[in-house]
Amino acid sequence: MRSQTMTKDAKPTKIAGRFGPFGGQFVPEVLMEAVAQLEREYELARADAAFWAELDEYLRDYAGRPSPLYFARRLTEKLGGAKIYLKREDLNHTGAHKINNTLGQGLLTRRMGKRRVIAETGAGQHGVATATACAVLGLECRVYMGAEDMRRQALNVYRMRLLGAECVPVESGQRTLKDAINEAMRDWMGSVEHTHYCIGSVMGPHPFPTIVRDFQTVIGRETREQIQRVENALPDVIVACVGGGSNAAGIFFPFLDDVSVRLIGVEAAGEGLDGRRHAATLSKGQPGVLHGMHTVVLQDDDGQTLPVHSVSAGLDYPGVGPEHAHWQQSGRVEYTAATDAEALAAFELLSKTEGIIPALESAHAVAHTVKLAPTMPEDATIVINLSGRGDKDCVEVARLSGHELD
Amino acid sequence: MNRLRRRFQQLQASGQKALLPYVTGGYPDAATTIEILRGIDPTRCACVELGLPFSDPIADGPVIQTSFSRALEGGFRIDGLFDELAGQRDEIAVPLIAMVSYSIVYRREPRAFVARAANAGIDGLIVPDIPLEEVDELAAIGRDRDCPIVMLVAPTSRDPRRARIAALSEPFIYYQSTAGVTGEREQLPTDLLENVARLRAQSGKPVCVGFGISKPEHVAAVCRVADGAIVGSAIVRRMNAAVDRGASASATARDVIEFIETLAAAVPAADEAG
Repeated sequence: MRSQTMTKDAKPTKIAGRFGPFGGQFVPEVLMEAVAQLEREYELARADAAFWAELDEYLRDYAGRPSPLYFARRLTEKLGGAKIYLKREDLNHTGAHKINNTLGQGLLTRRMGKRRVIAETGAGQHGVATATACAVLGLECRVYMGAEDMRRQALNVYRMRLLGAECVPVESGQRTLKDAINEAMRDWMGSVEHTHYCIGSVMGPHPFPTIVRDFQTVIGRETREQIQRVENALPDVIVACVGGGSNAAGIFFPFLDDVSVRLIGVEAAGEGLDGRRHAATLSKGQPGVLHGMHTVVLQDDDGQTLPVHSVSAGLDYPGVGPEHAHWQQSGRVEYTAATDAEALAAFELLSKTEGIIPALESAHAVAHTVKLAPTMPEDATIVINLSGRGDKDCVEVARLSGHELD
Repeated sequence: MNRLRRRFQQLQASGQKALLPYVTGGYPDAATTIEILRGIDPTRCACVELGLPFSDPIADGPVIQTSFSRALEGGFRIDGLFDELAGQRDEIAVPLIAMVSYSIVYRREPRAFVARAANAGIDGLIVPDIPLEEVDELAAIGRDRDCPIVMLVAPTSRDPRRARIAALSEPFIYYQSTAGVTGEREQLPTDLLENVARLRAQSGKPVCVGFGISKPEHVAAVCRVADGAIVGSAIVRRMNAAVDRGASASATARDVIEFIETLAAAVPAADEAG
């Protein structure tokens, strides 16, 4: 594993393009040179201590890392059972874990001598984090966002524009996240020479899933140190929400070899797993190919992508990172799902008991913990990756509970 | 012998260049597709590329995307199109290549998909999102079923990769004229013909050029060097327009065929070609 604390250069090593049978590169020939170049450049960067030292500095002085590991005393008392810790990614600059990745890819863009960055965004968190990294690193930025999502997340659109990025509405397909990814890939096909595609999760063609996971493992490394300091032991359980799966991959990865640590990914069950209005790819999907990767997807039997639904725009994706598909198959990570209603109840519960308004995405991880903690002894520990803050969701939650805020 | 291979052998033997029109399959319905295919004059068309609608076509520009989403909204099913085709394949004079995303091929299982396509009368496949590194299995299935796989070479493809793609692709190589997605363009890239000539010489195979070729002048220019010109979005734009004004199947087919004839007329005769 690469470490940002590394001080000496390592020997560049070839990164595997597969996670078990999953991963690979299913993109048009015109993009193959670009992904090959990215692979070469990232292998060099990965072995370069100076690259990680610069990223470390940005993460510390700019993004505000390390993020705290907070003992949620009142939530623990309320649920009765395992001690609950929150890894506070919501306290990062821009309010989520996304900045870990965009600063890393921004520095990689500069290193490759490219001057323009494109990105896709669903709820707008990755778009804002990309626009932020581009502003501070002096890069041009264009973000593709589904027209439907732009309407629902007007504040984030404004933030991106304020940060100097161009936010382009995507009118094709369902006009949501997956269509924004298609549009970013189309842009990249014609602009690879001077443009880097800053993908927002552990997905897409190799080497993207590895790059994003590497940049997010800072979450798990810090958690490991922090929990050992207070508990003098590793946690019993780590819970994280999974859409594409970057915050989960980031916190799980450094614990993969610690078999005593149960790792649980929580997907969006939407209105329930019995119907079709959910986004629980790993629970309900099957192997397939989408967005350049072989992974688990929600498709019909012709291979057409199915519409997905979640109250949380960040989990509303019909695929999942290929490494998660592998972890599910190998049995190392358990995947479950929480419904819209459970997530909304957890959103409120954490706000009232701890004074922390979680992102609706992260509220899915809280919702599963609500079920799990009471079944565990009081000396057991659970870490929730609180991947983002919920300010962005207040308008939507208010609307769902019958209050119009705007 | 496979119809597509035989067709390219004939073209090679006579030195005749050809048009390769692309139409979206099952759009607006399977009956219209069949009517278009039946009306295509096989003398100046090497084959027809039949695009299979897909929900997430990353290599396609807005025109083809629109046709795909409308076909899917209209209930497009692969079996529906293939059943219709199988019943009327004898009435269609041109070889057919299905252009299909690997997402679909994988989901239907590659061996089953190729068998299904071949039984419906499909003579070859283009799978634009499966790169050289992943194509071995599909290529082997194609050989078993005598269903050739046409592969794309992009301006960014470098040697030795380019040579390996060229060696695998049959019976011709699809050269993508520019980086970017499918769609009409005013001008062809200035170094296009030079690149095509080099690829032709290097591979010893026919090279057909697509992406951005949208008018008769482009077809004429490309065919001076290339073995064929592939036109997609310019044709599909006319299909979209016909659907917009609610044209009947036969009126849509007539429009499309007329435009294809205009393009085909720009293909130089064997003795005019360079």
